[in-house]
Amino acid sequence: MGGKSKNWIWLVVVFIILMIYPIIFTKPFPRHLLIMIFLYGSMGLAWNIIGGYAGQISLGHAIFFGTGAYTSTLMLMKLGISPWLGMLAGGAVSIGIAFIIGYPCFKLAGHYFAIATIAIGEIAMVCMLNWDWAGSAVGLTLPILPEGFINMEFHTTKAPYYYIAFGFLIVAVLITYGVDRSKLGYYFKAIKGDLDGARSLGINTGRYKFYALALSAFLTSICGSFYAQYVLFIDPDSTFPLILSIILCLVATLGGVGTVWGPVIGAAILIPISEFTRIQFGGGGKGTDLIIYGFLIMIISIYQPFGVIGLAKRFKKKESP
Amino acid sequence: MQKGTSMLTPDIILQTVISGILMGCIYALVAVGLCLIWGLMEIVNFAHGEMLMLAMFTSFWAFALYHIDPLLSLPLCMIILFLIGVAVYFIVIRKLLKATFLAQILATFGLGIFLRYLAQFMWSPDFRVIKNPILSGNIGIGGIFVGIPQLVASICCIITFVLLYWFINKTEVGFALLATSEDREAANLMGINSHKMFALGWGIGAACLGVAGALMSNFYYIFPEVGFSFSLIAYVAVALGGFGSIPGSFIAGIIIGVVEFVTGLLIAPAFKYAFVFIIYLLVVFIRPQGLWGRY
Repeated sequence: MGGKSKNWIWLVVVFIILMIYPIIFTKPFPRHLLIMIFLYGSMGLAWNIIGGYAGQISLGHAIFFGTGAYTSTLMLMKLGISPWLGMLAGGAVSIGIAFIIGYPCFKLAGHYFAIATIAIGEIAMVCMLNWDWAGSAVGLTLPILPEGFINMEFHTTKAPYYYIAFGFLIVAVLITYGVDRSKLGYYFKAIKGDLDGARSLGINTGRYKFYALALSAFLTSICGSFYAQYVLFIDPDSTFPLILSIILCLVATLGGVGTVWGPVIGAAILIPISEFTRIQFGGGGKGTDLIIYGFLIMIISIYQPFGVIGLAKRFKKKESP
Repeated sequence: MQKGTSMLTPDIILQTVISGILMGCIYALVAVGLCLIWGLMEIVNFAHGEMLMLAMFTSFWAFALYHIDPLLSLPLCMIILFLIGVAVYFIVIRKLLKATFLAQILATFGLGIFLRYLAQFMWSPDFRVIKNPILSGNIGIGGIFVGIPQLVASICCIITFVLLYWFINKTEVGFALLATSEDREAANLMGINSHKMFALGWGIGAACLGVAGALMSNFYYIFPEVGFSFSLIAYVAVALGGFGSIPGSFIAGIIIGVVEFVTGLLIAPAFKYAFVFIIYLLVVFIRPQGLWGRY
């Protein structure tokens, strides 16, 4: 029990540090960095529910991100509806899309599922590039509205974005924690571990895979809406690309697939690396940052396939045989 | 290809289908490398398109620096790509043999990003063409016009394909490859060095790309991101044909070529890849293991 209460103390300490962080760091960049970590951490957690717990490797999660970004933006621009409502609507649309994708795709195993999700992601990309009403390839620039919580636009400071993103991360962690400890989580793990075994025990595997995907899609979509409000410009290349889906997968893998804290740790490691290489080497349009990034992805996956949490566990086992 | 539906005559449709088949042969050759690697060791190479890009650049630089026509630099291209394939196996893939599916995806994807932007860094993102290659111009047969480079490319692809099929199914080394793909442990016990076989598989898979890349450099733009759409098509072709089935990926390649060209003509060029993916999805939903899949 001693170990558990120690963990709680650590969590509280980290929470307090993160709460006062924007007060200490008033410059935009440190805040931006943390916002990105929160955003990708939340999405990594979302991906983790379907990819980590239920074991269905989706490489098309950008669809849900893009759906969230576009739904809330279009509702704001065409109907003048608050992004908060648009965010929920985007989540609902994403669940619908999750159903359309999941119904046929869940019959596919392993690589076939992964490639089917890539294919669907690319179809979505092509459609968005050619859909004039939704801005097509030019993208959408969000209208500049008066600052405020209801409009979810803040022009003078990034601090409110920071707290909103932090809130999302906490919600995502709590949801994952809930899944991890509930019957649902055991069903997911059973599906991942042995599909036929799970089926023979009476688990409706199709339904539970759909639950996992829907939950994952909803969370990813919310992050997409937030991203649109944060950057105030969206286009298909920034919201629907395959690389985004891969990064979500990577964030979860780097930290530890199928664990509560894995994706958060993964984002906390990967996002600073990517932001710093972008700043250091990103200039001049030569893509040096992406060379380093690709190289790191490769090295991490080769040497750390079980993530930081896997490494820590192995280390612990060695210490106490 | 931009002709409206009012101009739709049987000739144009036939023309489009033939162009689709010619392109499909190249897709098939690109896909077969992926298919071979998968059949051998159950790894999907997500850097496949980038290796094709390297092949096209090899051919381009042989032309730009030493004035060797792509047709003549084809063997060179094949050898260089073979070596790249073997190197990739020993540097990256060997460490992933026992890794999870996820780690394999990410590692090869990372390799792809690395190669793509390395090429962009060294050679800039410009679009390049090979000017006045030996193979150029059109040939007309009964009102159907076919580009000579495309025609030669598809014929060479078919020849390569037949050679590959013969190599795998009729030679001793081919048997060893097949045995390793059937059962790695048993093959090891029979004295087949599975690492050698895997390296050979990667080499041959990449050499196929060398052939395809050299032939394509005659009529296709050469730029660092060229691989992306080809790799997507190659995954789809392999999954459509069924992972591990070499004839399957050949036929799937041709189906994809035809679908791409025909929907580009009948519906809209912008959506042609979307239709390729839709056809793929429809097939896998009906037959989850692909058309000729073993699993």
